[in-house]
This record gives sequence, structure tokens and C-alpha cells, in this order.
Amino acid sequence: MSILVNRNTRVLVQGITGNEGLFHSEQMIQYGTQVAAGVTPGKGGEWVLGGKIPVFDSVKLAMEATGVNTSVIFVPARFAADAMFEATDAGIPLIVCITEGVPVQDMMQVRNYLDQKKVRLVGPNCPGLLTPGESKVGIIPGNIASAGNIGVVSRSGTLTYEVLYALALAGMGASTCVGIGGDPINGTNFIDVLELFEHDPQTEKIVLIGEIGGTDEDRAAEYIAANLTKPVVAFIAGQTAPPGKRMGHAGAIIEGSAGTAADKIKALESAGVKIAKHPEEIPLLLK
Amino acid sequence: MKLHEYQSKLIFAKYGIPIPKGRVAATAQEARHIAEELGGRVVIKSQVLVGGRGKAGGIKLAKNPEEAEQLATQILEMKIKSLPVRKVLVDEAAAIESEIYFSITNDRAKKKPVMIASSAGGIEIEEVVAQTPEKIIQIHIDPLLGLRDYQARDLAASIDLPRDHWKEFGRIAQALWQIYHETDATLAEINPLVITKEKKLLALDGKMIIDDNALFRHPDLAEMRDLDEEAPEETTARKYGLSYIKLDGNIGCMVNGAGLAMTSMDIVKLFGGEPANFLDIGGGASHEKVAAAMRIILSDPNVRAILLNIFGGITRCDEVARGILAAMDEVKPKIPMVVRLVGTNAEEGRKLLADAKMITAETLADAAKKAVAAVGKTASTRMPVMQESVVPVGAPPAKNHQKNRSVR
Repeated sequence: MSILVNRNTRVLVQGITGNEGLFHSEQMIQYGTQVAAGVTPGKGGEWVLGGKIPVFDSVKLAMEATGVNTSVIFVPARFAADAMFEATDAGIPLIVCITEGVPVQDMMQVRNYLDQKKVRLVGPNCPGLLTPGESKVGIIPGNIASAGNIGVVSRSGTLTYEVLYALALAGMGASTCVGIGGDPINGTNFIDVLELFEHDPQTEKIVLIGEIGGTDEDRAAEYIAANLTKPVVAFIAGQTAPPGKRMGHAGAIIEGSAGTAADKIKALESAGVKIAKHPEEIPLLLK
Repeated sequence: MKLHEYQSKLIFAKYGIPIPKGRVAATAQEARHIAEELGGRVVIKSQVLVGGRGKAGGIKLAKNPEEAEQLATQILEMKIKSLPVRKVLVDEAAAIESEIYFSITNDRAKKKPVMIASSAGGIEIEEVVAQTPEKIIQIHIDPLLGLRDYQARDLAASIDLPRDHWKEFGRIAQALWQIYHETDATLAEINPLVITKEKKLLALDGKMIIDDNALFRHPDLAEMRDLDEEAPEETTARKYGLSYIKLDGNIGCMVNGAGLAMTSMDIVKLFGGEPANFLDIGGGASHEKVAAAMRIILSDPNVRAILLNIFGGITRCDEVARGILAAMDEVKPKIPMVVRLVGTNAEEGRKLLADAKMITAETLADAAKKAVAAVGKTASTRMPVMQESVVPVGAPPAKNHQKNRSVR
């Protein structure tokens, strides 16, 4: 078992003819992901990647023709909101948006609309999902992780890879790795993923990677204390970040006194979560 | 991107929010001319992108044009929170009866815009938030519906605004919503919105922050960016698609990804060093980009060593290694460099760097330790070592006090 994606996931790539879309579609296929179709408005009827993947003009057409059940979005930021609305209206139940730099007001509209439609969104500005050995939907390099029983959820990108790599070196594997993205307004949050891991029989332990800004980790801590039976190890990035400075991620802004690494660590510790001082310490704490 | 008060107020005026008569001036003479035009008392307001201008003495009332010139001269020589004052706004002084706080911003927890008002507006608003939070009223706006008129009425009633002002307040609220929405603001704030002795509402001060990610659809606003207000390195970094923030330490960090960049800083600190900066080179790593990053890091005279931590996922390590070699050839850094390459094509990358004079590391912890050690060495050969010996009694122990003062 795993969560969100597995070998049966049939993937649609929105923005498949762009540089990023094409490159990562190829990577996903190599990993074993069932990439069934792509969408680029105006290029319907073409075939890409050695003539193996059909391109459609719209998500609706792609869905009717190929029965995809998950969409991964690589379109530029200015078109990302529209792509998410289109996938939602076409009836795609799981949307993974990799695109970075989506305007925050676009995301507020998307999030409020998707909540009404009960569609699950992962991202934006995220590395996507990886169930090692089965499927990857997004850009997480597949070769650094092996299959196992650790559920990984993270707000970061390369830091997530660092953690997967550290786990693999220690002989540990992941059930599923979920990169939820670092933007201030996103879809799936820590709590959603923790709940899925709690109910996934394959997942025995959980790693949570947070960073400064917002209060998602604090709310995750409350949730863990009240609902989780599986052990959780966490790492929070940004302990040396100066207050009030923007550290690249739109979400990594310290708001007033809340949102500091120290606050989050305190909240998680009081929920019984073990805190790693650095990513390479995580495997030790999982033992 | 933060806008100055005068820029924010010009936007307010465009949307019909009443603002005082006035203009911005770069010299004391200009300030005097504006004061002459306006007649009567004027307020001279420093235009810098930080809060607390009034408390720092950067806002003064002038009775006549002579005094306006004199005060403008003073204020234009000031630095507020280390930012030099380059412009002043000269505004007609208002006769104030009461002050209201009024803003719209993003509530990331609720995933909605929130309109905030308080009858206790003015410079002490943060006190109000801390002491009497019940005086701060919040109304969330559905981003798909926009602000409804009844919400503005509810807000007016909740802050006990006299009924005579409800209609006017409603118009201002709708205008502020339009501004927030149409300019992709993350903050549109009027503080204070005053009721004047003439019983009119007037926006005396304004502050706006525009979402950098949305500037592509606002070229007019993008042009308002005041480059004088940011460190030149940060401007250069933006040009190359890098994200750079200068800090006070001496170990320069170059990392791909914001989360990993912060982690690299944290781990440097954990092993007793002080990071000199946050630098995220982002995805891909052409040698132009790596060279630009290296130049920016080296422009900080405090930097004694550079830590390069690259986790190749999509970014290929051999490509980064070529970038590093080309950049070193161009920039010729004379300080120790610690390099860690992991992930896609790391082996090839390491081979490429084998002949370069670099310290290599396998793990993140190892890299940080080596960078801290390298700084220790260069420091001792460059200047006398002074150990920080005084630790305040009762202060938290250890980590916080292991600052590398010896090399500052």
C-alpha cells in the first residue's frame, strides 16, 4: 500500500510540450509511471516522446479518450490557475501542481473553488509525489529513494531529496513521499497527509519536514497529539533565518512572533515528536 | 514589493479614496515650493520602506514654508533604521477628530483575504493588537465573490463608526478591495483613516505590498520598485534569478533550493559557524549563474570561506561542476571553498572538480564542519583571535553564544 499514487495511477501532463513538461514526462515514464496523455491547447492531435504519448487540446478531451485520474501541471505561473480550474471542471480528482511562482490571489481563488468541488490539490511550487518502486508524479528524482515503511511529508524541494537520500543511505525506504510545497496558500497540508499515513498499513513511521513561516506545523502538532498513533520525526528549516526576511519561498515569511523555527519545534516537541538537529540525524531518530 | 506611502496614496486616489493634498519632494527647496502652493500647515513625511518613521522623528509638522524647508532639510539628512531618507512627502495637515485602522491582507490559515478595522487606529496599532485584541475586527472575504456591501456595513458597525459615515466608509472599503484585488496586493493598509473636524473621512497614511509573483501582469507597478531601498547585491541577484539575503556571519553559502539553503545555514551554525548569507541558486546552474552567485557572495568582505551544497535532482551535478570551474576561472576566489555534490551525476561532477583546489565533503554535516574549520584557519592567519569570553549570567547556554567573533 501507499498513499495518493501507486502503479495504477494514470497520469495526464498539463503543459506536456513545454521544456519542463516534456523532460519530466520522460523521467516519469522511465521510472515506470503510467503517463497516459498530455494537454497543450492548440497542439491537440500531436504525439510526443517518440510518438508514444498523445496530446489533446483540453483536459476534458484527454480524460474522455484515455481515462486519466491524476493530473500533473507544468504550465507557466501565469497560466497555472487556469490549468487547475480546467482540471477540476473536467473531473480530475487529484491535481499535482509543480509550477513555482503562482500569484497568491490566484491561489486563494483556486483553493476556495477546489474545496467546493472536493478535489485534492498537491502544491503548487512543490516537487510532487513519489511512491518508490511504483510511481512518481512530479519531479522528485526517483533513483535516490527506495521503497519502505517511512511516510515522508515536506514543504520543501531539494531538502526533501536530501532526507530521502539520508534514509536510503541508512537502509530505510519510503512508503510515499509527498511534497506539499512552500507557498503560503496551497492545497493538501500536513494534517491531510498525516491522516492518510495514519490509515496506510504500509506506513509505520512518519517524517515531517517543515520550515519557517505560517502556522501549519503548529496545527500539525496539535493534530499529532490528538490523533496519531505512529511515531513522527521532524526537522524544521530556517532556525538561523532573520525575522521578517523573505527567504525565497513565498511562504517562508516570519509573521510577527509566530512562525519561527523555535515556535514550531516547541509545538512539535510537546506533541511527542522527535526533532532532528539536521537532516542526516533523521534516520538515527527513526531507529 | 513594498510601495512607498506616496505611491500607495496615488493608487488610493486613482480608486477614489480621499487623500490629503500634497506631493513628493527630493530636495528641501522642492518641499518649500509645495508648502507654498498648499498654504497653511503641512506635514513633512520621510519616505522610507520601514515602519516606525514617526517615532524615529521622520514625520514633522511645519507651520509655514520656511519651516517646511528647514524640517525637510533635517529629515532628508536622516537615516531611519539604517535606510537613508531620499524623499519626503509634503501633505496638507489635517484637523483630526479620530483615527481608524483599516486594511486588507491575506489570511494564509483561512486561505482568504481578510478585511481588518479598528476604532483605535494610529501609530499604536500594534499595542492595540497586543493589549486589547477585541478592538480589532476581522471580516473574511470570499475570493470568488469579492467584498459584499453588507460586510463593509457590518465592519463599520462593529467599530462603532457613526452612522453618518457608513456610506462613505462603504465606498472606501469597496475601493480598497478593488485596489487589493486589481493590483495583486498582499497588503493594502490605511492607517490612520481619519475622521476630520470637518466630518470627512481621509486616508492620512498608506502602505501597500505587491505580490512579486504577480508583477508580470502589472508592468506599471513593477516600475515603481525603488532600487535605492534594497541592497545592490539583492538587485543583482534578482537579475540572475538568484535569491540572496545578506547576513552577519563569515561563511558564504551557495545552495540549490530555499529549504536546503536555510538548512545549510542552520547546520553551519549548529557546528559553531556563522552563515554570511542565504543564497538559493534555484533550478539549473549555468556558469553565468554560478559566477554571479560567487561574485555576490565575495562582495561581502566578511566572507572567509564558501560552502557549496548542491543536491542534484533535476539539476545535474556535472553541469554544476562545469559552472563552478568556469566561475572560479572568472572570479578567482582566494578563500577556501568547500563543495558537496550529491545526486544526479554527482560522480562525474566530483571528477571534474578533482583538480581544482577545493575541499570536498560527503555529507551535509561534514561539509559544514569543514567550512567552519576552514574559517578558523583563515581567521587566525588574518587577524588576532579574540575569544568571546563574556556570557551574560542567566542567558541560554551554548549554541547562541558560539559566535565567531574572532573573525569579524
